[in-house]
Amino acid sequence: MRSSYEKLLIARAQNRPTSRSYIEKLFTERTELHGDRKYADDAAIIGGIGMLDDIPVTFIGIERGRNLQERIQCNFGCPMPEGYRKALRLMKQAEKFRRPVICFVDTSGAFCGEEAEERGQGQAIADNLMQMMGLQVPVITIVIGEGGSGGALGLSVANKLYMLENAVFSVISPEGCASILWEDAKMAPEAAECLRITADDMVTFGVAEEIIREDFRHFSRMCEGMKEKIISDLKGWSEKTGKELSKERYLRFRKLGRWME
Amino acid sequence: MSNIMDYFRKSRNALEKGGITLKSNKEEKIRCPECKSYETKRAIAKHKVTCPHCGHHFRIGARTRIKAICDKDSFQELFSDIETIDPLKFPGYQDKMDRSRQICGEAEGVICGTAMIRRQPCAMFVMEPGFMMGSMGSVVGEKITRLFEYAAEKALPVVGFTASGGARMQEGILSLMQMAKTSGAVDYHSKRGGLYITVLTDPTTGGVTASFAMLGDIILSEPNATIGFAGRRVIEQTTKKKLPDDFQKAEFLLEHGFIDAIVSRIELRNTLERLLEQHGRRERQL
Repeated sequence: MRSSYEKLLIARAQNRPTSRSYIEKLFTERTELHGDRKYADDAAIIGGIGMLDDIPVTFIGIERGRNLQERIQCNFGCPMPEGYRKALRLMKQAEKFRRPVICFVDTSGAFCGEEAEERGQGQAIADNLMQMMGLQVPVITIVIGEGGSGGALGLSVANKLYMLENAVFSVISPEGCASILWEDAKMAPEAAECLRITADDMVTFGVAEEIIREDFRHFSRMCEGMKEKIISDLKGWSEKTGKELSKERYLRFRKLGRWME
Repeated sequence: MSNIMDYFRKSRNALEKGGITLKSNKEEKIRCPECKSYETKRAIAKHKVTCPHCGHHFRIGARTRIKAICDKDSFQELFSDIETIDPLKFPGYQDKMDRSRQICGEAEGVICGTAMIRRQPCAMFVMEPGFMMGSMGSVVGEKITRLFEYAAEKALPVVGFTASGGARMQEGILSLMQMAKTSGAVDYHSKRGGLYITVLTDPTTGGVTASFAMLGDIILSEPNATIGFAGRRVIEQTTKKKLPDDFQKAEFLLEHGFIDAIVSRIELRNTLERLLEQHGRRERQL
């Protein structure tokens, strides 16, 4: 059994497939679309239109980059506010043309810096959370690596959330948590345990529905399985109205949390 | 609350931490952290807990704020029976909660209810900065969500005061999910035509900024409040750059177009009354 921290390290590994790899395997006849129409194009979030077998879909993914040059270009997968606004633009477009939205999450967190604050990082994520809740088309999110806090949540307001077997999802990085709690970032492994960040934990808390087994040596086969799952989800929802999909999404989040009355 | 509470309330720093009532020992002088002048509690209280000399807004607890904003005895608390548990058995969480309760006298980081502001009815939430920095865990998220749903059902506007360090790490992923849940609740209320006014107070950061704080139809802020997503220190450490003094201040946000107006505590009741009245009137016309 791997520890939470080991899984975190696997989720962050540089040789792990990034969003782009999944998008290229899952969707054909792709057109990548750029820009938020307000300020800029953020390379940390890629998106566009493609075919999932015979279903046109909108795909959106947080991209960490596959080599150093790409990584620098996309800020190591830390999106700027314009990235979230681009994602929202594509989702609204998908809604207009009644396309399902498929999101891929893989980020240590939203970009942390002066420019991001100036351009309203908080506002951009907040807007995504609210608008995604109201989307009248199916939304599926797959956490393929690290699900880092609000930056990951900004693409995770879905009808169904999948976690890859070693993917993690956390409110704060274990390093950050350890330095607040014990003033020592080296205690991250202990913090990772306390925070409950693994795919199994997500299913336990109702945050995720299903775990996808990893088999990167047979990546095509793995993506084939993923594709079947997504298609079967979409077919299952085909009779639902936009309003029902949005309501079910709200109710899905509505029940999250633990308290006593 | 208990006597222990009073003891803490008298402590010198309580005003800065929040949860102060200015009742006891009104002649005691307090130093303004901005202009360094000393003033009696009586004078500060008279200025709605702002400094009479420079206008500095002292941090205040949720109950003090409710008293200052609502018509006398009009506030009716809701959902106070939702209690926090420690779902992850997180180290030190229970202790931290116990200590917070002693210091600020509140059971959780937000107080919800209905109130009147100059006879205008509204649903209201006020975050308590003294309770674990007003951080959002399951209970804060649930109470705010229920308030929006309640307000939607009763066709009430929502006035919300934010003060928070963000999502509460001690409840892990469940805290993070409250961001989506509360944002969905804002949407629920909004789609039914409800008015939502947020008043950002010092400090509003992290997961609260990135959810319901920034989703108001009208976003007001107290002067000089710190409002941001990532913490200032974290950004300085990451970018190795000294940030300007006004970084993430309300004035900075106004300049960049993220808030509607900065309203001093002294003017706030007037402003809220006016806005509520104008929206109420429109509904009546329809």
